[in-house]
This record gives sequence, structure tokens and C-alpha cells, in this order.
Amino acid sequence: MASTATLRKPASGFRISRKMLPYVLSLPALLVCIGILIPFFTAVIYSFQRYRLSQPWARQFNWGENYLNFVTDPAFWNTLKVSLLYAGITVTLELLLGLGIALLLQRRSTINNFISIMLLLPLMIAPALAALMWKLMTNPSFGILSYLASLIGLHDFRWASSPDTALLTVVLVDIWVYTPFIMILLLAGLRSLPTQPFEAAALDGVPRSFVFFRITLPMLTPYILTATLFRLLDSIQQFDIIYAMTQGGPGNTLTVFQVEAYLNFFQSTNVGRSAALLIILWAITYALSNVFIKNWLRLRERARGEA
Amino acid sequence: METMSPIERVLRALALTLVVVFFMFPIFWIFLMSFQTNETILAIPPSIVFSPTLSNYAALITGKLQTAAGTLDIAFMRNLGNSIFLSTASVAVALVLGVPAAYAFARHKFKGSEDIAFTLLSFRFAPPLLVLLPLTQYFQWLGLSNTYFGLIWVYQLICLPLILWIVRGYFEDISADVEYAYRIAGHSWFATFRKIALPLAGPGIAAAGLLAFIFAWNNFVFALVLASADKQPVTVGALAFITSSGIQYGQIASAIVLSVTPTLALALYAQRYLVEGLSLGAVKG
Repeated sequence: MASTATLRKPASGFRISRKMLPYVLSLPALLVCIGILIPFFTAVIYSFQRYRLSQPWARQFNWGENYLNFVTDPAFWNTLKVSLLYAGITVTLELLLGLGIALLLQRRSTINNFISIMLLLPLMIAPALAALMWKLMTNPSFGILSYLASLIGLHDFRWASSPDTALLTVVLVDIWVYTPFIMILLLAGLRSLPTQPFEAAALDGVPRSFVFFRITLPMLTPYILTATLFRLLDSIQQFDIIYAMTQGGPGNTLTVFQVEAYLNFFQSTNVGRSAALLIILWAITYALSNVFIKNWLRLRERARGEA
Repeated sequence: METMSPIERVLRALALTLVVVFFMFPIFWIFLMSFQTNETILAIPPSIVFSPTLSNYAALITGKLQTAAGTLDIAFMRNLGNSIFLSTASVAVALVLGVPAAYAFARHKFKGSEDIAFTLLSFRFAPPLLVLLPLTQYFQWLGLSNTYFGLIWVYQLICLPLILWIVRGYFEDISADVEYAYRIAGHSWFATFRKIALPLAGPGIAAAGLLAFIFAWNNFVFALVLASADKQPVTVGALAFITSSGIQYGQIASAIVLSVTPTLALALYAQRYLVEGLSLGAVKG
């Protein structure tokens, strides 16, 4: 087979041996990989250096000092707390809401399909622009949400500009953008479940709460796990929504990992601290992504098997 | 399912209505706002009855903003052009590089193939700033700071893993037997790829390209870190526009409408493939 292929080739054309072919084809992907890995290792080196852009002459290795300083640094603990809180609240609420909506839309009908397509639109809006939309709606002088809040007695509700409600406001935007993500994955999962167990349960007159907790939920678990981990990975490194809405403020209310690292790098020009923060965030996401990829692969095999 | 009591039916309809209102209202409201003058926007109580004006869009398109203090230049159309150019070029590059690689990963199990594929996948979930902040320094050193070339290169971080993993799935779905038959008939490897594999995976490749376009368009942090004003796409430009235009709320709303319309239109067009794309090929719609 290989010989016929080589025979037909014009003698002038250059030849790639069969063994080399896959390598040649994947070379660009390999180059991109290297292009990612070089800056990654550079960041690791930065994180072990005392390195401020404002004092380049004082740049030197201080080994673990950037990391050790975190232990006694209240700003770091605040970053960790806000990041975990943000990820925990958004993913929990999005999961409950997304599952609820998916169950409401489970039955295939024209109106349900139409609604599920409409609900996808927030997910297709750039998160940074979605934050701007909500910024316009929560503006204290003309925002419709500020007006609605005043109607129910919340006068002078300051949304993202008050430290008390800033987290609530960005969480609301995150829910608006990303709940459709969980919803559409779980809806696809629900609709792909085999029908026999449900028919058998209906025939036996099993109560619906039992069906939900003992049949639906267990069979849906791989989808729930994949959707949740996917969101958790994105949410713990949320940048766009928070930066566009408040730039981490007011004060340090919303300085999650990536926002804090960005501000450290560009405002206080402390490259060492910024890199150390990002490495810690990377370690968290790396651990999560290993669990995620395992689940994702299992689901992918299943989807391929059905095809 | 079929035996729903009337009360349950009403409750379900009510819940769905609330869901639709919550998710659709912001889009509807910003759309209305983009046709309002500043006086209408600032009126209390807000009203949905008003005489629409196109002046906001006119100001953005002509690039001249009339304010009490004089005429202000706005570069929003340039941002829109940057978004179109950066997203299109990035997807084109990612398709040229990614589709052959996806084919190689699907058809040949070779040493290191899975390592490359999984490194790309795991960095899809790594903090983007981890790679971007050192890159600012490499870019200065290489003279790539604030160039379209540099940005398109970095945008491959978004587009390439997506194309690679989705298109790989489509190639895996096609039986290799057809390709073997064609090769035995005496055709070269490249002819087989071009005449058999590509057309069969065509719809999947197109869908992956559209999705990659949406993700490239919606990206914010890459251009925020690596581009100056004249190369910035709409996501970064709109944020800068808010600070510079101050209180021109109608123009901000119409800038948002112009910025989100392309992705919304593409998403509606490609909605059949969205589930698969969003889960990187793990869940089929």
C-alpha cells in the first residue's frame, strides 16, 4: 500500500516518509505547546525572585521568600478567601439553577427547544461586556435595577460600589452568564438517558421523588460532575467580570487571584509576588483539572460510543 | 410526565416565565437603551415608551461625539474592525494548523501525541495571566508587543485546543475503511485527506471554526495585557470607552449592542453544535 502511494508521486515532489507524517502534521501544535511552556517556566522562575519592575537593579533570587511572606500577609488570605467564596457560591447556585431549568425543559417540545436556545444567549456574550451591561443597569442615578430596588424599599442600594454588596453583584452577573452553560450540558445529559428505567418506574407507580433521587440523579452524575468541575476551574480564576465591573474594588473586596496578580504586576509592579500568586492558583487548578480530565474523558468515550 | 396536575402545569409555566425574564431582560433593556437619548435614560421613573433615536449609532459610526464641551473623537469602529480581523485571522490560522494535527491524532497513535494533546487541554484550564505576564516581556524582547501578529499567535491558546479536540472527535467518528479503500486505489495520502476525510468531517470543522470565532471575539484578558488602544478589540475598547466618554450612556449601550450582535447571530446559527463545542466534544447535543 505504501509502495503504490510512493510510486504515484511525481519524482520532483518532496517526500515525507510514512513514519514522519504524523509528526509533521502535529508540529504546529507542538510549537504552540512549547510557546506555552516557556512563559510558564519563566513565571516559575519569577516567583522565586525578588523582582520589581520599578527596581530592576535589585532583581535577585530570594527562593521561597515570596511564598513564605504569604503566610503572614493578610492581603493573600483575603485573596484566597474571596476566590474560594466566589467560586463556591457561583458554582453551587449555578448548579442548582441549571439543574432546575434543565428539568423544566427536559421534554422535547417546540416551546422548550425555543426557550433553551434563547437561554444560551447570555453565555455567548463576552463576560466583560456582560459586566458592562449590568453596570449600566445598576447605575445609581438611572439603573433600572437600582430603581426596582428602591421600589421594594431598598433606597440608595449601591450594588457593586458598596463593599457589602459588591460580591453579590458580581456573583449575580456570573450566574446570568454561566448558568446556561450548566443548563445546556445537563439538558443534553437528561435527554440522552435511556428511557426503560423511567418507564418501568412509572409502571410500578414509584413516587416521583424516588425516581429523581434514585434513578435520574445517579444516571446524570457524570454530566453533573463534568459541568461542575468545568465551571469550578473557570470560576476560581474569574477575571473578566470582576475586572470590568469593579477592578477588584471597592478597596480589596474583590481581589481574587487573577485580579490581584494583574494589579500586582501592572500597578505595584511587584512581578515576584504576582508570579507566586499565579503559581498557587495554577497548583489549585492543576489538581482540579486532573480530576476533571478523567471525568471528561469517560464522558467523551461514551459520546463517541453512541455515535 | 403525561400525568401533570393543573397546579403543577401552572407552577412550571410560572417558573419558566421567571427564568426567561431573568435571562432575557438585560439584553432587552440594553437594546432599548441604545435607542434612547441621555435625557430619556436619566428620566425617573424609567419608561419603555419613548421616541427612538439613531443618534447613538450615528455618533459611533461617524466617530464623532457631540458633547457640551465640544466634539470628541471615538475610535469604537476601529475596535470593531480589530475584533473582526483578530478573530477571523486567529480562527483561520488555528484551522490550518489544527485540522491536520487533529487528523494525525485521530488516525495515528504515535509517541508523544497524547502528551501534546493533553498539554494543550490542561493549559486551556490554567490561569491565562500565568502565561500572559511573562509573555509581555518576551514580546518586548521579540518586538511583538502590540502587533497583530503577536496577538494572533497568542489567540491560538484559545482557538487551537478547541479545534484540535472537537475536530479530532469528528475524524474518529469517520470509519478509516473508506480512506484505506481510496489509498489502495492508488491515491496519495494527501489526496485521501483532501478528497475523503476533509469533506466527511466538513460540518464539524465548520462548527468548530464558528465556536473558536465566538471564543476569540469574547476574549478580554489577552488583549487587555498585550494590546494598546489602536489594536484593542471591542471587549477591551468598550471598557476604555466608558471611562473616556463619561456620561454618554446611550452610546455605551449602542456600543455594547454592536459588540455582541455578531456572536449572538453566530451562536443562533451554530446552536446545534454548541453543546459539543462547549464541552470540548465530551457531550453531544
